[in-house]
Amino acid sequence: MTADQQALLAARPDLAAIARWVEPQARVLDLGCGDGALLRYLWEAKHAPGYGIEIDAEQVVECLRNDVNVLQMDLESGLSTFRDGSFDCVVLSETLQAIHRTEQLMREMLRVGHEAIVSFPNFGHWQARLQVALGRMPVSAALPYHWYDTPNVHLCTLQDFEDFCRTLGVRVLERLVLHAGRSVNLMPNLLGSVAVYRLGRAAPSAKAH
Amino acid sequence: MNAPQTPPGSVGLVEAKTASFSEPLKLRSGAVLPQFDLAYETYGELNAARSNAVLVCHALNASHHVAGSYAGNPADLGWWDNLVGPGKPLDTRRFFVIGSNYIGSCFGSTGPASINPATGKPWGADFPVVTVEDWVAAQARLADRLGIESFAAAIGGSLGAMQALQWALSFPQRVRHSIVIAATPRLSAQNIAFNEVARQAIMTDPDFHGGHYYAKGVVPRRGLRIARMIGHITYLSDDAMMGKFGRLLRGKKGPGFDFDVDFEIESYLRHQGDKFAGYFDANTYLRITKALDYYDPAADCGGDLAKALEPAQAAFLVVSFTSDWRFSIARSREIVRALLETRKIASYIEVNAPQGHDAFLMDDPRYHGALRAYFENIDL
Repeated sequence: MTADQQALLAARPDLAAIARWVEPQARVLDLGCGDGALLRYLWEAKHAPGYGIEIDAEQVVECLRNDVNVLQMDLESGLSTFRDGSFDCVVLSETLQAIHRTEQLMREMLRVGHEAIVSFPNFGHWQARLQVALGRMPVSAALPYHWYDTPNVHLCTLQDFEDFCRTLGVRVLERLVLHAGRSVNLMPNLLGSVAVYRLGRAAPSAKAH
Repeated sequence: MNAPQTPPGSVGLVEAKTASFSEPLKLRSGAVLPQFDLAYETYGELNAARSNAVLVCHALNASHHVAGSYAGNPADLGWWDNLVGPGKPLDTRRFFVIGSNYIGSCFGSTGPASINPATGKPWGADFPVVTVEDWVAAQARLADRLGIESFAAAIGGSLGAMQALQWALSFPQRVRHSIVIAATPRLSAQNIAFNEVARQAIMTDPDFHGGHYYAKGVVPRRGLRIARMIGHITYLSDDAMMGKFGRLLRGKKGPGFDFDVDFEIESYLRHQGDKFAGYFDANTYLRITKALDYYDPAADCGGDLAKALEPAQAAFLVVSFTSDWRFSIARSREIVRALLETRKIASYIEVNAPQGHDAFLMDDPRYHGALRAYFENIDL
């Protein structure tokens, strides 16, 4: 692993989890891909080719500099450009909470991808709960914004997200909960600040047969 | 008198060259050009591996004069001088850049004003209708002549983008990157309609003489002027035009209540029309608009663009501009969608630019930044 790659995975431990779950040579779509660092890492480490979607013009230029395929598009207008099942894995890292039409995007992710990987800040983390209990909107490393400048519109806890998956008929295949770069196994909804989920399409119902 | 100065980042003084080909060229229409000339310019040096050549394809009214200026005429700067030069996004210290004209042009390549070897007179109306595919085939001869087996990239905007795309389809092995800017995979009915009005303006000009006006010593200026005025409207966005001209009156305090120029925009269009009629050939204009109308690579694949793009081996960069209503972003997205369906290496940028179709000529920092980053990652 290069020094750049190590620095990246240290700074964004959720990306390390995502990278672990992506199979070698898998076709990846990275939604809200930023400067393309994950895609570049996946290409170098796993020979996984892919495309990133990014709306910000400066980030798009960074993607081109990083030599990754980038499509400057708005996630909110949907993934209609892509055919069903055109990717092995669709990644949405640290972006779910800023999406307006969350339900539609989740369905779209599992239409165009066989699997999805989603990471987001856990609003159920004790620090957030404490700040709310003390009468303030939470500000923390995982939630670095103030209420008036935050891009986040749909914050949730681990439990909220898992309920949401059940409602959508999305299967949780794996889950990793992190705090300060370390895995959290005890009381994750209280002690974890970042959650990473590997999701799959609902298994066909046994009753149908 | 000052010595000629080369501004920083400029390729400096350039000279147009002409390559002559005596082998007949069979055209898409079935007609055959017995021989032809192709005008071109080059900037930078071809490397020893012959792997650093970039073909720049031009749009309707431009030419092979892409960058730099001609001796004695410093004002005649190449049309894409802001992109091409030492240290510029398409860096001539790294790339060997070729600006190529196309057949049917009035800028030095064989066209309607050239002498038809069969008659010894100008071709005029008898010059065949040429297509984007024919242009690319002719440019391939130029590549052969220059010893270029494969281009690092083909790049163009608008009609130039159609050529850059067609290069990847006609010669998949000969172009490694195709940079397709302000493009469409086919003209819409509205696009064709505008072209037809322009053609009608030319062909109904009494000085047109069925296309054989050279012998009469006249030029269908009125038709050309109107054709250019119509074209120009489609190159600019409503906002850009409003921002530049608004409803400003031309040297008047109020309406003149006559049919002289009232508004600045009228004066601007007349000026553009006059200028164009002074240097552009009407027969060329007719043929270029037809080439635009006919371009539709998906047509041979039952309208399936993805299938049409299947043979391409190049990596693609597609660029569109939000205010372009001539070839809107939806058209570029069609190309992107087809590229993704066929799993091509492709990137797409949608530049938030107010200028309209002509935005591809501007040096918007995000647009040029993206092109610079893309070119830097092209392996030689």
